[in-house]
This record gives sequence, structure tokens and C-alpha cells, in this order.
Amino acid sequence: MNIVVCVKQIPDPAEPGSLDPGTKTLKRATKLILDESDSYGVEMALQLADAAGGGEVTLVSMAPNNEVSGLRTALAMGAAKAILISDPALAGSDALGTAKVLAAAIKRVEGADLILTATESSDGYTGTVPEQLAELLDLPSVTFAKHIEVSDGVVKVQRQTEAGYDDVECPLPAVVSVTAGVVEPRYPSFKGIMAAKSKPVDQLTIADLGIDPSQVGWAGAGQEIVSVEQAPARESGEIFEDDGTGAEKIVAFLENLKVI
Amino acid sequence: MSDKEPQPFGTGDPYDFLGIDTLLDDEERMLRDTVRQFVRDRILPEIADWFDQGYFPVDLAKEMGALGLLGMHLKGYGCAGTNAVSYGLACLELEAGDSGARSFVSVQGSLAMFPIWKFGSEEQKQEWLPRMATGEVIGCFGLTEPDSGSDPASMRTRARRDGSDWILNGTKMWITNGSVADVAIIWARTDPDDNDGGSYAGFIVPTDTKGFTANDIPKKLSLRASITSELVLDDVRLPDSLRLPGVNSMRGPLSCLNEARYGILWGAAGAARSCYEAALDYSKERVQFERPIASFQLTQRKLVEMMVRVNKSILLALHLGRRKDRGQLTSAQVSFGKMDNVREALWVAREARSVLGANGITLEYPVIRHMNNLESVYTYEGTNEVHTLVLGQAITGLNAFR
Ligand SMILES: Cc1cc2nc3c(=O)[nH]c(=O)nc-3n(C[C@H](O)[C@H](O)[C@H](O)COP(=O)(O)OP(=O)(O)OC[C@H]3O[C@@H](n4cnc5c(N)ncnc54)[C@H](O)[C@@H]3O)c2cc1C
Repeated sequence: MNIVVCVKQIPDPAEPGSLDPGTKTLKRATKLILDESDSYGVEMALQLADAAGGGEVTLVSMAPNNEVSGLRTALAMGAAKAILISDPALAGSDALGTAKVLAAAIKRVEGADLILTATESSDGYTGTVPEQLAELLDLPSVTFAKHIEVSDGVVKVQRQTEAGYDDVECPLPAVVSVTAGVVEPRYPSFKGIMAAKSKPVDQLTIADLGIDPSQVGWAGAGQEIVSVEQAPARESGEIFEDDGTGAEKIVAFLENLKVI
Repeated sequence: MSDKEPQPFGTGDPYDFLGIDTLLDDEERMLRDTVRQFVRDRILPEIADWFDQGYFPVDLAKEMGALGLLGMHLKGYGCAGTNAVSYGLACLELEAGDSGARSFVSVQGSLAMFPIWKFGSEEQKQEWLPRMATGEVIGCFGLTEPDSGSDPASMRTRARRDGSDWILNGTKMWITNGSVADVAIIWARTDPDDNDGGSYAGFIVPTDTKGFTANDIPKKLSLRASITSELVLDDVRLPDSLRLPGVNSMRGPLSCLNEARYGILWGAAGAARSCYEAALDYSKERVQFERPIASFQLTQRKLVEMMVRVNKSILLALHLGRRKDRGQLTSAQVSFGKMDNVREALWVAREARSVLGANGITLEYPVIRHMNNLESVYTYEGTNEVHTLVLGQAITGLNAFR
């Protein structure tokens, strides 16, 4: 079974990031790493390919400056190859612009049975790319998968809900977004790390994909970041001193919140 | 931190002051980061308890094997085949966790697998190395004896020919992984008439062979998260096919030690780094006399001395690693690294301990654990004194051992 995983390479969350005051977006000129939330999709894909008894996992990523270091991590985990779309015209792309580019790249992967994504990226958090991608590819979309099984051309998904999960089935090919934390991403093995540098990374521009620059980047963005505000500081909680009535006060407080 | 922008006066990266990161290639960095993450996930959360209880989780062997840590710098037979610098970086990260984890990997890869890889027959390599690389088979290395430490050539363990077999008798002491090993590399004295004129031989001894027993050494206060055992060989009968055919002199065990020491000189820098970082973080948080203790000149001096020694140790290790990868590393240079990096690590550990005050004596912080561990590291794989004499002989041409 051949699986495509969309992976994003993002600035290392461990390093203090900063916003470009002009564009009001995250500065991405630093070294990028594999978004942790995508490592679950990669792991899921590797496990599914294994369970199916073979097949290739292909990565698709859009990143500035031909950045490959995050891709190398996923290749070291076991993905077979990658497509990287890098183009100055892509700066400022919104979610839909990104989805157009990823969709065009995915179409180049022959015989893709399943397309996996994370539910959202850790830096942008729009959470809309997977559905847009499905629409653009004209494929069914299943979101928030916590467990995936594939048999006889059908993908069976446990779809995370607030109360538990729904069992959902849909025919392949399909786009499925994978919830963070549902599988334990493997460590890249040393053999994998050494093999990764010779795995193919197909580096493309939007012209290679036949995409008009006016459709993507700042030019094509249907949204505008008007202003960026500090998150409001969290208000301090209420403190009950226990003068013998502590338990009642807590119960009253919780009742007020309607949680008990 | 990037080297692209000039840093303003009075700034620097406390965690990589000299920018040593830029001397590594992408593959080395990824491998280093992977081991660091493994240590963070699998060792650091529990190491204080393991140390406290005197326990090493043998199950870790398979996880280490899956990663590729076991015999990682050997080529073929299921081994990862990395360069020497990568092996060093892995040792550094492991020992920044705990010397016990690094010792496990050193013994498995450099002391048990290496002699088979280097001196074994093709059949022996095929039989043992792949399973040792995955961690399915655990090895140990028996050279030291109760009465033979720094002078291993004085060993008493004997291997006597009996027809086509060998019969081994003797006692080995201070053997890491001894009681959990499936296979022991045992060095023994031989009659030159039985051994192509050689006076020593190495044997691959399956630990379930009749006459082989291992007893753990209790009440250690150092390397507690590592198993250390006594091995007793009482008429252990082995076929000649379990003798390492490629060596019949002390060059055998000594070349293994040279490999392991190379890893140790990196590892010690890792223990030192962990102590320095613990002291740095602590001193910025801990307030006395209404100021963080890091703001006192005496503390800053300690921190700076630690930082400088950690950076120098890693630079030295990297230099020796690059030489090893070019095939230029001499055993006396390994002695330089082992002697200096371990003593500097001990110095850093003790200094860091003082910065942490009373907290420095508990297992809540890594410092005293490293400090105690490093006492073993100071002694094993050639004591500090032995390496000093090796270097003394190298520069004077005069032997001061006896
Ligand atoms: C935790 C631990 C794990 C170990 N694991 C292993 C293992 O897996 N396999 C193995 O074979 N061994 C192992 N060892 C043994 C270790 O290699 C020896 O302890 C070491 O070689 C020193 O020998 P010794 O302890 O007998 O000390 P000795 O050789 O008796 O030395 C005692 C002191 O005398 C000094 N000294 C000796 N000779 C001279 C000289 N000529 N000039 C100046 N000073 C001298 C030494 O430097 C030292 O300070 C381990 C030891 C420890 C502590």
C-alpha cells in the first residue's frame, strides 16, 4: 500500500521564535525541524505499510529555502522518498494556498492509496488544510483518526470525539488526518539516519507543478493578518482557605460551573 | 545558535559556547539528537530510582539494539557501521544520562562484540554479532581478576588444552554485565605449545556452560545503575571453535580496551556537561542574600571553570574522533583523552556539587550520581595513573611501570 504523508517543517518550538513585524507571521529563516504533530502521521503510515506487507511512504512538504532537515528526520524513520515544494512565491500562503500546492504535488505520486496529515500544524494551527486537500483532490476526508485499519480497499477509522470515538469507514483513496499522540513515533534508527541522506527528495517549484503564482503566497491569500496581540494573561484562580468549610465551598464552586 | 550573526559583547551560548555543533555534519547531529531524545525518554525519568535500588533494566538492551547503539561503529553483521565521531557522540549523550547506560553500550559494543568482529572466525561473527547488535544476546568482557588489575598480563586464569577442547579455570572480577550476560569474552593464559607460540587466548564462553558462575558484587556506591560481577570458571570445557583464532597475545584485550576507552573519553564529557548544566540552571534559580547565587563572583568563577572544561573536553574528544575516522588515532592519544577528560569531569562534578549546596547530595539532581559514577570511570579502562605512565613513556621513551 502506498501512502502519502503531508509533513510540515517548522521552527524548533524549543528555541524562542519571533514574528516578522512586517508580515505578522512567524520568522522561518532559521533551521526547521519536523513538526512533532506530523511525526504521528509518519509513524502511522509506516505501521500501515508494514501491516499491508509492503508499499512506499512518500512525504510531501512545502517549505521555504529548500529546507530538508525535517524531511530527513522522517526519511530516517523509514519513509522512502519526499517531494519538497519550495518557491519564493509561496511566502504568505494561507491554508487554501498551501492545500493547492500540496494537492498538486500529491497528484504526482503514482498509486497513492491513502493520504495522511496531522489535524493541524504546531506553528500555524489553522486546522483546515486536510479538508481543503480532500476537496481539491476530490477524495473523501476523515478527520481526527485515533486508529486506522485498512482492508480490501476500505479504510476503517476510529474518529476521536469529545465523548469517545466514532467508527467510520470510507473507500480508498482518502485523506485522513491523524490526531497527535495516538501512536508512539519511532526513533530514527542509526541505519535509517545513514540511509536517509541517499533517499530521493524531489525539489519542485510552483512552475513545476503548473501553479500560477497569483493563486498562492501573499498574492493568492484570501485572508489577511490584521494584527497580532499578546495572549491575555491568565487570571489567577480563586483560593479558598480551609476554615472547616473548604469542602462545601469547593462543591458550591463546582456546582456553579455545572460540572457536578 | 547560528554562527551567521555576530554576537554582541558579553553574550554566548551557555550550552555550546564554542559552537562545536557547527563542526558536526547533519547526520552526526541527527544521530546525536536521537540518542539525546532516547536518554530523555527512557533513562532520565527513572535513573534516580535505578541508581538508588542498584538496578539496571536489562530490557533496555533491545531498545538500544533497535536504535543501533550496540556495536554501532562496527561494519556488517547487523551493526549500524557509523563513523567514530558518531559513536563518540552517542557515548556522550548516554553518559550525560548515566555512566551505567554508557558502560552497558561500551561493554557490549567495544569489549564483547569488537573482539569477535576483529579476532573471530567468519562463523563466530555470523553466529554472534547479529544477535548482539539487536540486544538479544548480551555480552561481557572478563579480563580483570582479584589479583590482576592494572597489570592484566599477570592474570592467573588458565586455559589448558585437552584433546581438541580447552579447559578454563580462574576467577574474573569487576565484570560489567557479568550476571546478565549470555556470553562472556574470557581472556586466559595459555601454554605457548598449545597456542601457536602465544601465551594468551580469548574465548567466547556461553554463560550457561557447565562450570561457569557469576556472582554480583554488592554494596557498590558507584555505577549503581550497572551490574558488576565476579565470574568463576571451574573446569569450563570449550571446543576450540569458541577460541578467538585471530589473536594469541595481550594485544587482543588491549585493543578492545583501546576501543572502549575511546568511547569513555566522550562519555566523561557528557557526565561533565550534565553536571555543569545542572549547576548553571540551579544557580540562576536559587536565591540567597536576595540574589540568585549565579550573581556572586565566586559562583560565576565555578560556572565558568566548568563551562570551559566541558567545552575543552568535547573539543578534545571530537579532535580524537576525527583522527580515529582518518585512521590516525594512536593508543597514547586515547590515553591522553581518557586521562584528561575523566579527571576534568570529576573536577566539574565536584564543583557542581558545591553549587547545589545540600540539594547537591540527593538523587533529585544528577550531580552526585555522576560524581560517584565517575570514580569508577576514573579507575576502569586503565586508571588515571596508568594512562599518565603511558603518556610519560610516550614522551620520554622511559618505562615507569616497574
Ligand atoms: C564498576 C567497574 C566495572 C568494571 N568493569 C570491568 C569489566 O567489565 N571487565 C574487566 O575486565 N574489568 C572491569 N573493571 C576492572 C577495572 O578495569 C580495574 O579495576 C582497573 O583495571 C584497575 O585495577 P584494580 O582495581 O585491580 O586496581 P590496581 O591495579 O590494584 O590499582 C590500584 C592503584 O594502584 C595504582 N597503580 C597500579 N599500578 C601502578 C603503577 N605501575 N604505577 C603507579 N600506580 C599504579 C593504580 O593506578 C590505582 O590507583 C571494572 C571496574 C569497576 C570499578
